[in-house]
Amino acid sequence: MTRGRPRRPWDRTPPEQREYFDLLGEGLVAQLAAPSAPDAGSRGDAPASGAWLHVGPDGIVRAFTGKAEVGQGTRTALGLLVAEELRLPLERIELEMADTDLCPWDMGTFGSRSMPDAGPALRAAAAGAREALLDLAAAARSLPRDRLEAREGEVRLRGATSGTPYAELVRGLREVRTIDRKIGLTPPSAWERAGHPVADPRGADVVTGRRAYVSDLRPPGLQYGAVLHPPRYGARLRHAEPGPEPLPAGTRLVVEPPFVGAVGPSPRLARAALAQVRADWILPEPNDVDVEAYLRSHPRTEESWDRVEDRAGDPDHALASATVTVRATYRTAYVAHVPLETRAAVAEWEGRRLTVWVGTQTPFRARDHVAEALAMSVDDVRVIVPFTGAGFGGKHGGDVATAAARLARAVGCPVALQYSREEEFRFGYFRPMAIIDIAAGAEKDGRLSAWTFHNTNAGAAALRTPYRVAHRRIDNELSESPLPQGAYRSLAANTNNFARESVMDELAARLGIDPLEFRRKNLEDERLRAVLDRAADRSGWGGWVPRAGWGHGLALGFEKSGRVATVAEVEVRGERDLRVRRLVTAFEAGAIVHPRNLLSQVEGAAVQAIGGALFEEIRTRAGRVLNPRLSQYRVPRFSDLPEIEVVLLDRPDLPPAGGGETPMIATAPAIANAIFDATGRRVRHLPLLGKEPTAPTDRPSTENLTPAAG
Amino acid sequence: MTGGTVDHGIRLTVNGREVAVAPHPDRSLLEVLRYELGLTGTKYGCGEGECGACTVLVDGGPARACQLPVAEVEGAMILTVEGLARDGALTDVQRAFVETGAFQCGFCTPGMVVRATGLLARNPHPSDGEIREALDGNLCRCGGYTRIREAVRRAAEAAAPGGSP
Repeated sequence: MTRGRPRRPWDRTPPEQREYFDLLGEGLVAQLAAPSAPDAGSRGDAPASGAWLHVGPDGIVRAFTGKAEVGQGTRTALGLLVAEELRLPLERIELEMADTDLCPWDMGTFGSRSMPDAGPALRAAAAGAREALLDLAAAARSLPRDRLEAREGEVRLRGATSGTPYAELVRGLREVRTIDRKIGLTPPSAWERAGHPVADPRGADVVTGRRAYVSDLRPPGLQYGAVLHPPRYGARLRHAEPGPEPLPAGTRLVVEPPFVGAVGPSPRLARAALAQVRADWILPEPNDVDVEAYLRSHPRTEESWDRVEDRAGDPDHALASATVTVRATYRTAYVAHVPLETRAAVAEWEGRRLTVWVGTQTPFRARDHVAEALAMSVDDVRVIVPFTGAGFGGKHGGDVATAAARLARAVGCPVALQYSREEEFRFGYFRPMAIIDIAAGAEKDGRLSAWTFHNTNAGAAALRTPYRVAHRRIDNELSESPLPQGAYRSLAANTNNFARESVMDELAARLGIDPLEFRRKNLEDERLRAVLDRAADRSGWGGWVPRAGWGHGLALGFEKSGRVATVAEVEVRGERDLRVRRLVTAFEAGAIVHPRNLLSQVEGAAVQAIGGALFEEIRTRAGRVLNPRLSQYRVPRFSDLPEIEVVLLDRPDLPPAGGGETPMIATAPAIANAIFDATGRRVRHLPLLGKEPTAPTDRPSTENLTPAAG
Repeated sequence: MTGGTVDHGIRLTVNGREVAVAPHPDRSLLEVLRYELGLTGTKYGCGEGECGACTVLVDGGPARACQLPVAEVEGAMILTVEGLARDGALTDVQRAFVETGAFQCGFCTPGMVVRATGLLARNPHPSDGEIREALDGNLCRCGGYTRIREAVRRAAEAAAPGGSP
């Protein structure tokens, strides 16, 4: 998909100077006024996505977006939206994604922003192109504009069965239309293509092995790299030099302290060369001896989008007078993303200009990172994200791109770099470990009356409660982490939802009220009630025949405009021996664009959530990961698969929201609540089958924190 | 000595083509496929036989290419994902994966397709339990197991007499 290269990246070129037609050929271009890159760190007020597209005389529409396809199905979903506005079959749309030379600037593919941001931008550009095509046809054929319509890739007289193909209208044309972002869009209720099931038009490439992921790219003259990593997190290189042994044939060391790497004819030989290096490290004092104590005592003070504070009434007073109260501390472990394709990049230089193909969710940030690290102009760095073997929030940034670029610069030929699985575990980053301190109270009639919720190090996603409560104090603390941490599918929503929905269950149990009834009684949001009721109905909530060791639990959640409710059925056969038998998830995220993909996302989210709920946990000692292999870090397998039932609620009256993240956030608490139902045992830590974290005496009250007993 | 001559090489047949590769004790079949023969459909996922992304068929049986020293497959018939479709026509298993939408990022798919192909060759009508057992060594981190199971069921139906083409 690499095309020619513009003089400067188009996102950094004024619209009137972009060489659209030199690179794409004649045709019609429709562009949205694109935002420019904002100052770093301003994630809270993300600028609107840009979009442009090109209608060519081959009848193909190339639509450009800065978003990346990382397995979440955005390519096809966005393609459907473009196809819809242009009244074209999906096969005629080519999404050009995440190429920093050609695509509009984008902050990154995270936070379920592709549908709400890139979706409307591409729809607007496509609608604008359609209107331009109607103008062209009216002028070319001397037809009344208001009697024309676009259908099946043609402009037709209203009601006619054939007309002038777009290809013909744009032949010889070199016209750029700037589209108003507020142009009228086809409402979801009128969609003929979007919203209907389609298969991936490029599915054959996947099942035949033809699809090239980053680690499969083989430009001519390619060599393979390896990089030296610190022995533990935070270590700094003091000195490195080649050892006395000869290097394997065809290999070279690249020593640019603090960077040290090697290049050779295969990854194995590059690693063998690297093994000859003698390195001396400055080791930091380990600070992961008691991570919880460290997190609690190392608050971060800087401003952040990732902080929320929600206070009302007098929660302390309300707690003191509540009929029942729960005071508890919940904990979640560091978790790894484990994308099946490890971090990988291929770098190729042409003179002073560089192209890096890399599996990243933030191509434009990676471009900045590479340019800064290599002291280059951003204009000379091109980052392209081809297909990558998933991300789940774990592939932010540009470390591997920068390393590949250094190696390629040093040896003068293209270099591929791919992390081993162990490197992926050791030198990526994790979902944050977190501690949540909660005190909550409810009244005899089932009314929630007091809610204090404070998390340390999780983040703000899904921090607020969707339940009506007059007296509340909700906030979060960000901490210095002794281990590298970062984004993860659903971010903090997993953690916050686990704690909140567990405590709601605890309150219901104290009151002797059915957990479904208790939630319904306190819920305001109609859309949440709808998913809750659907999940309960589908699961047959309350109608089960009691069975020793079996239990049921439910939980709900809302985040990023999506609403979810999950009912879990578990069989507990002993301590650490538990099977999730059934998960019923109801999910709603506005209008459904790509129903098959959404179903896959919700089912997949359920499976991935089982891992974090039951057994996924990164263990470290002195800044080293103790379980950096798939044989030591268990992720869900076929044999862990429960019966999964998904109910998708379509809301054509609402704009489409993202569907990759939120469906997973009710799973862990639903399972925890089902364990309680089965055994009477309340597990307050993730993973649920992990060891009970020890609680030193100097910590805040952990009343009710009884150790897990078989 | 690595990457040397093929005069004294190890001969094997990959997707019907006879090839000779240099022997080396540390060289896995996966390395030969990906870096010497350019067959990148077979993926690296873990290097310890835990994820199944590198699944190939060796003399018809499933094997993990990352765990196979190439010297051990001398004379064997290797089938990789690239060798399944003949003349561009997808196999029942491949078609079922596309029609079912049984992939998200798709990185595990070649291994899954190859493993499922091996299963159906030996057992054309597997139960759900047999599908689970056969594919338990293949990880899909996107969590697509439900769709994958449906694709294997569908492929089995398509191959059955009277099944849909």
